[in-house]
Amino acid sequence: MRTNGILRVIARFLIPLIMLFGLYIQFHGEYSPGGGFQAGVVFAAAWILFALIYGLDAALAVISQRAQFVLACLGALLYAFVGLLGVMLGGRFLDFRPLLESPQAAQQAGIIAVEFGVGVTVAACSMLFFTFFARRKREIDAVEAGGAD
Amino acid sequence: MAWLGHFNYWIVVILMMIGFYAVIARGNMVKKIMGLNLFQTSVFIMFISAGKIIGGSTPVLREGVTVYSNPLPHVLILTAIVVGVATTATGLALAVRIREAYGTIEDDELVDPANQRPGETRLDGHAGKGDTPR
Amino acid sequence: MVIEFLIDIALLMFLVTVAIAIVRVRDLFSAAMLFAIYSLLSAGLFAILDAGDVALTEAAVGAGISTILFLAVLALTSREEHPAPGTNRLALAVVTVTGACLIYAAGDLPDFGAADNPAQLHVAPYYTEQTYSDMGIPNMVAAVLAGYRSIDTMGEVFVILTAGLAVVALLSVPPRRRRRKPEPGEPEDNT
Repeated sequence: MRTNGILRVIARFLIPLIMLFGLYIQFHGEYSPGGGFQAGVVFAAAWILFALIYGLDAALAVISQRAQFVLACLGALLYAFVGLLGVMLGGRFLDFRPLLESPQAAQQAGIIAVEFGVGVTVAACSMLFFTFFARRKREIDAVEAGGAD
Repeated sequence: MAWLGHFNYWIVVILMMIGFYAVIARGNMVKKIMGLNLFQTSVFIMFISAGKIIGGSTPVLREGVTVYSNPLPHVLILTAIVVGVATTATGLALAVRIREAYGTIEDDELVDPANQRPGETRLDGHAGKGDTPR
Repeated sequence: MVIEFLIDIALLMFLVTVAIAIVRVRDLFSAAMLFAIYSLLSAGLFAILDAGDVALTEAAVGAGISTILFLAVLALTSREEHPAPGTNRLALAVVTVTGACLIYAAGDLPDFGAADNPAQLHVAPYYTEQTYSDMGIPNMVAAVLAGYRSIDTMGEVFVILTAGLAVVALLSVPPRRRRRKPEPGEPEDNT
């Protein structure tokens, strides 16, 4: 689909906007509908649109498969780490109040950190799903083409 | 308008019946997973309907609004939707592997290779009607 | 208020119609597209039912990622479903009995949208009244998700991570070469 001019121009215009919208609902999720789950999916959708138009190789050059693995695990670990930080500072697991002086600011900081972890994991996992299903097609085609020789 | 009090729940039950029928009666695995998703969505609609208050508003605090719908079902369903797509992806990955191993994702063919249609081949040696396994 | 009700009823009727079409249509490509429409309609329904966050998620996940996954799988498997051998009467009977039981049970549920519904009387007033003084953020859904019920959310995040690892484990095995049907006169392909 790389040769279709309309698709390419529209995608060049849309993909940054979708990514920006993803970041907006990630970091504005405390004040309007939004949060980590939605932001992760929207951000991954932008990457998948890029992969559909410019090809999977170009998309993997932006965020490699290894990076997706590492990000998926790091997001979940960030969540657990914020929880453990509360224990280390004298509270309970996933208790954000010991993190900062003011309880409200501490809760907000905790929520933002935790939502960021959720967003990273969801985005990376959605990208992983797409990468593996899309690569499978090519692998099978390669194997079958090899069988025809 | 009294009969409208349960209209949402009736539709939820009907959607659940449709999804349930697709899961147990359809032989194609992709169709089964779609049926499972229909079933799941009916449960989502039921939860969100239970949390709605007539005259309420989206649970984001604003000035001049006093009645908010219940935020708890929203949280439960929000996470359930994302977990739902994750389980769908796992099911579809299993369907892909079954297709590669047996050449089909239809229940009737998996049980009895004689139902296979021409032009489809299987890895385990069944090549259609009358063929014996290796 | 009446307009809200009418939109609610219209969307629910559309949902039933599209769901029946999904089950009946044999072309799986059409079924995947109908499924995207179904998700978009349910996102609209969630928006009408005051669940902005849920509507956003359903629109992004159901109409976006799910459809892409179904299409990717259809490229890997067959596009056409086998014709069903008539209506499955046993399945229809089981489904009808289950549905009849549930409709009977639904009669005992409190009316839709009532403010004295037991679901609204348990912890919901606490969240509505205390969120701002506890957390200082106006979005109650985010506060409950990451604040009050954060251990629950952590479990969900690990479920998603596990599902991602399961897909990787299932699809990173290199595909074996498919055995072709030997043509007459051609030596059999033994790989």
